[in-house]
Amino acid sequence: MAFLHAVSSGHSATKNVLKKRSLTPYLLLAPGLIWLITFFIIPIFSLASTSTMVRPDGAQVGVYEQKLRFANYVDAFVANQDQYLRSFFYAALATLLALAIAYPLAYAIAFKSGKYRNILLVLVIAPFFTSFLLRTIAWTQILADSGPVVSAIKVLPFIDDLFRINNTSTAVVIGLAYNFLPFMTLPLYASLERIDPRTLEAAGDLYANGLTTFRKVTLPLSMPGVVAGTLLTFIPAAGDYVNAAILGNPNTKMIGNVIESRFFAVVDYPTAAALSFTLMATILILVTLYIRKSGTDELV
Amino acid sequence: MTTINAPMPSLSHRASRWFSRNLIRIYAALAFIYLFIPVAYTFAFSFNNAGKSNLVWQGFTLENWKNPCGAPQVCEAVGNSLKIGVISTLLATILGTMIAFALGRYKFKGRTSTNLLIFLPMATPEVVLGASLLAMFLNLRVNPGFWTIVISHVMFCISFVVVTVKARIASLDPRLEQAAMDLYANEKETFRYVTLPLVMPGIAGAALLAFSLSFDDFIITNFNSGTVSTFPKFVYVSAARGIPAQANVIGSAMFFIALIIVIVGQVVSRKRKKS
Repeated sequence: MAFLHAVSSGHSATKNVLKKRSLTPYLLLAPGLIWLITFFIIPIFSLASTSTMVRPDGAQVGVYEQKLRFANYVDAFVANQDQYLRSFFYAALATLLALAIAYPLAYAIAFKSGKYRNILLVLVIAPFFTSFLLRTIAWTQILADSGPVVSAIKVLPFIDDLFRINNTSTAVVIGLAYNFLPFMTLPLYASLERIDPRTLEAAGDLYANGLTTFRKVTLPLSMPGVVAGTLLTFIPAAGDYVNAAILGNPNTKMIGNVIESRFFAVVDYPTAAALSFTLMATILILVTLYIRKSGTDELV
Repeated sequence: MTTINAPMPSLSHRASRWFSRNLIRIYAALAFIYLFIPVAYTFAFSFNNAGKSNLVWQGFTLENWKNPCGAPQVCEAVGNSLKIGVISTLLATILGTMIAFALGRYKFKGRTSTNLLIFLPMATPEVVLGASLLAMFLNLRVNPGFWTIVISHVMFCISFVVVTVKARIASLDPRLEQAAMDLYANEKETFRYVTLPLVMPGIAGAALLAFSLSFDDFIITNFNSGTVSTFPKFVYVSAARGIPAQANVIGSAMFFIALIIVIVGQVVSRKRKKS
């Protein structure tokens, strides 16, 4: 598991202390794994079962019968393909933005922070201590039409008066990137911090300039962190609906918003279930392809 | 360019050299500003004399801090969140730590599938976790409420506890335990007096992480809470008609409390290392 490896250190040391005991490990595992099977694996099957149900004629709202109607998937996808594709597009943009912000930040903490390193690491996760909903709502104030950011941009000559950020796709992507920035920064930091500074010196001794050293040494060695960080950002971002609900408009709705409203406002459980299932399957396929491509198949 | 004004070059040259040498630090400082601006906004607006809508600055007041339960239902929601957070943290930390010890200390069949089972909940979007659990509760005719929230929180916290504690176990020097055995400590004593104290900071960190994940969770909670309110749910529901400034007070207070806990933890562990 790449990102598990990324946060652990010295994992090879345990190899020689692993004990062989018949029953103890299973007793230790049992309660937790039973919890995960009961409340994670079985619900996934429950979701799959709900996704092919049909509402019988004249039945009450919220009552569905199993009819194995797989066409539910086609109907759900066709009706919501815009929101579906938009989710992955926004998540990809937010992931790139977060990577662009987090990589130099993680680099600075790993190599340039000296004795302040621990304080800076605490500061990276500190925003998490305030409710993320409050922080997302704070963004609506920061990006408001009469707020500081928009006012500053409107001073520029070629910006027209109708310019706004709030309730646009830009605001949603900014919010998504913001929300998951610590998830990007920490794995990047973990993999950068492990690079022996002497390898960078060696590159310099071999007449590599700063850029070449970065491209040929630092970046490849930090790849596990890049893979882990992008996954930890992309996956939750693709399923998020809070940012689109608070910072967006009706035309920036993501698939999460549709799933939420199908469940609660429309009480159309089969469609919601089919969409959730498609979302999960797509993400698992994308993640598998991405991990294959990036050459770190340690993930599982 | 530099030949035009003769006395300037050294200064501007030095400035640009300072700039390029510290470029990465400047960039990091900007990233921190990006991270903290919303936190600062939340804190500042906790002092807003807001009335009903806390979106526009109306004037400074300490009233909200003196009377954090002033807005209807805020404290009930916070109380629920704290209760759910404590129970879920306790359960998830115990279950997760047990799994971490099994993975870090024992050889057994099924390690790969165990790892997969730990990894999958972290790789699944929250909306799917929430929707699937609700689908199961609906199929079983279980009414969502307080305990379904606890169940869901334990479920998504376990993986994070396993990862954190496992990392701590993996970083232990195996020679410390061997030394204890050499000194005739039996397996139980070694675990009780050597291994467990050494792993404790990892367990504490995992518990803190689990609590903050639970306290701040909205998406999974929203699916499995029925009519029970939690703090994030309260904020989301009231967002449409204006959030009371008391919510900002509670958000800011949580921020400072958590920050103090983390800093004290760091200082304690540093002191222990020295002695």
